[in-house]
Amino acid sequence: MATTERSVAIEVRNIWKVFGSRARQAMEAILRDNLSKAEVRDRFGCVVGVRDASFTVGRGEIFCIMGLSGSGKSTLIRHINRLIEPTHGTIHIEGRNVSAMNARDLRALRAEQIGMVFQNMALMPHRTVRDNVAFSLEVRGRPDEERARIAARAIDAVDLTGWEAKYPDELSGGMQQRVGLARAIAADPSILLMDEPFSALDPLIRRQLQDVFIDLAARMHKTTVFITHDLDEAIRIGHRIAIMKDGVLVQVGTPEEIVTRPADAYVADFVAGISKLDLVTAGRIMQPLGLYERENGPLDAAGWPVARPGDTLNALVDLAVGSDHPILVSEGAQRLGVVTKGALLRGIQGRSETNTLSMRGAA
Amino acid sequence: MADGFNILDPFRSVDLDIADRADGIKHWAISHRAAIDPLKRVLDGLITWIEATLQAVPPLVMLALLVLIAWQAAGRRTALLVGGCLLVLGFLTPDAWSLAMTTLAIVIASVIVCVLIGLPLGILAGKSDRFEAALRPVLDTMQTIPAFVYLVPVVMLMGIGNVSGVIVTIIFALPPIVRLTSLGIRGVNASVVEAARAFGATPRQILTKVELPLAAPTILAGLNQTIMLSLSMVVIASMISVKGLGNEVLRAMGRLDASKAIVGGLGIVILAIVLDRITQGLGRSTRERGHHHWWESGPVGAVLHLVRQRGHHEQDQKQTTGKTIHETA
Repeated sequence: MATTERSVAIEVRNIWKVFGSRARQAMEAILRDNLSKAEVRDRFGCVVGVRDASFTVGRGEIFCIMGLSGSGKSTLIRHINRLIEPTHGTIHIEGRNVSAMNARDLRALRAEQIGMVFQNMALMPHRTVRDNVAFSLEVRGRPDEERARIAARAIDAVDLTGWEAKYPDELSGGMQQRVGLARAIAADPSILLMDEPFSALDPLIRRQLQDVFIDLAARMHKTTVFITHDLDEAIRIGHRIAIMKDGVLVQVGTPEEIVTRPADAYVADFVAGISKLDLVTAGRIMQPLGLYERENGPLDAAGWPVARPGDTLNALVDLAVGSDHPILVSEGAQRLGVVTKGALLRGIQGRSETNTLSMRGAA
Repeated sequence: MADGFNILDPFRSVDLDIADRADGIKHWAISHRAAIDPLKRVLDGLITWIEATLQAVPPLVMLALLVLIAWQAAGRRTALLVGGCLLVLGFLTPDAWSLAMTTLAIVIASVIVCVLIGLPLGILAGKSDRFEAALRPVLDTMQTIPAFVYLVPVVMLMGIGNVSGVIVTIIFALPPIVRLTSLGIRGVNASVVEAARAFGATPRQILTKVELPLAAPTILAGLNQTIMLSLSMVVIASMISVKGLGNEVLRAMGRLDASKAIVGGLGIVILAIVLDRITQGLGRSTRERGHHHWWESGPVGAVLHLVRQRGHHEQDQKQTTGKTIHETA
């Protein structure tokens, strides 16, 4: 996943959001005196929702913002299409300054360039699946026939063909969120905003929808900002991840950077808590010894860290961080295989090394 | 007065002369009658037209029409109930039907004006806390102030007759539709409205495509209450020379004629039951009806079904004839 050399699709610069009736004055005081969150609350009765957030998202990139509830991530994502007005700072989309747009341009931007998916689906209960999906086209006054055609395509993309005439309350939660996804992609926007889209679903369905989304994202190359409170999900889906805490972006980086070099104790805590790291073992992600030797020549494992096949990714990460060499996997005296850094990172992402091999073979 | 200012009872010795001032308003109203003449004429035209229409339809046809409307709006059982009620109404006395139509005309005219005024006010109140706060005491006043208080000024302004009757009825019956429209708009799921915004809907589109449809059951409950309250005003309105069932009750009271009073009273009750059942049927959301569109059920649904069946039948016939031709060829 190369994240370099992309043109910038979304640029968020120094966004602050202060909630409260005296937000303006509070903001001025913050910029002047660099007040802390508690001081703002005591002196102005205002709550700081987002504190000086800056990031850029490249075209076609999936950018995950991860944080616990109340960390300000849902507030932050709503600044991108200005459902929430920033107290301070600017947002540019494809080079256009969103903060300076008038209501008309903003509506055109929202309808044509940005699709959004919500945690609670937010489907319109009085409209059929088809009318929900075609909503953004309808508000732009596109003709019926075109609407039906485009909606059918979007519904097909999320495997809901045959359900067009149903109402949302006749669908299961997972299917409803598919409708939400179809609605977001119907107008073929270049940007998707996903506000914890899969959090309200049970684990099995969540996994399924993540696959649907990863598949769609790979085919459609949409620039995506994806909010989640689940680091597993962020790592699975995101090209880059931003960790948010108390309204501040604590760390922005690739999954590799986040996992291997957490910026502070908070991020480290998160990384330590990933369940998958304790589930996947070296034996599953390693490259068999024969294959490795065929590709890289005879093995010289002097100074290599050694793991057993039953060791978890967690243990492998610890070994890998302490050394520049790949990890040798052996059972007693028998050498079984090698875990390269690449394979390890794939494992953390939840993908198997065979994928990369086939990709390498194709290239 | 000079001897008697008592600090424990200050109200007795201070006279702000409010009654006289109100009298001034009355005189002002009388002298400005001409200004509201156009309004009066429009209302009068509306009432006359509605009543003429209702009276022109033969009673049995009107009865059948109401039954069909009830069937469409609320289903077969309600239709049967409405039919039975209307039969009883018609047989109460020979002229009961005509009296009921007069009353119905006044109610319909009042409700039309209530909706025209109440819906926009309710929408505004639903959107703005400040407007709602300002409106609330006015609505409270309208609902609680005794009708006799505004009966006189309205008559001074408009004279006696149907127009005054409608205005008096509106004052009493307007609040529920305003309140329930506001409640309905406020009750719309905020995240659905947010989603509509996120997909580029204008404020007007959000109102017409999201908020009003979702608030419709609540708004229709308000309409139902407005209709009920207008009906409850017909006796009072008859004091300012509005004809109809209310007038029967009023006259019976003057003559201590219990049997006449029962006829008028029963007529009003029956009318209330009929209107209530029909509008309650309207208020049930499509979701409660199992996602059938209104034209898929009731008499319209039955007719459409028949038409479609015949269409299929003809098509089948064409196909079979086509086949036989093909086969013979």
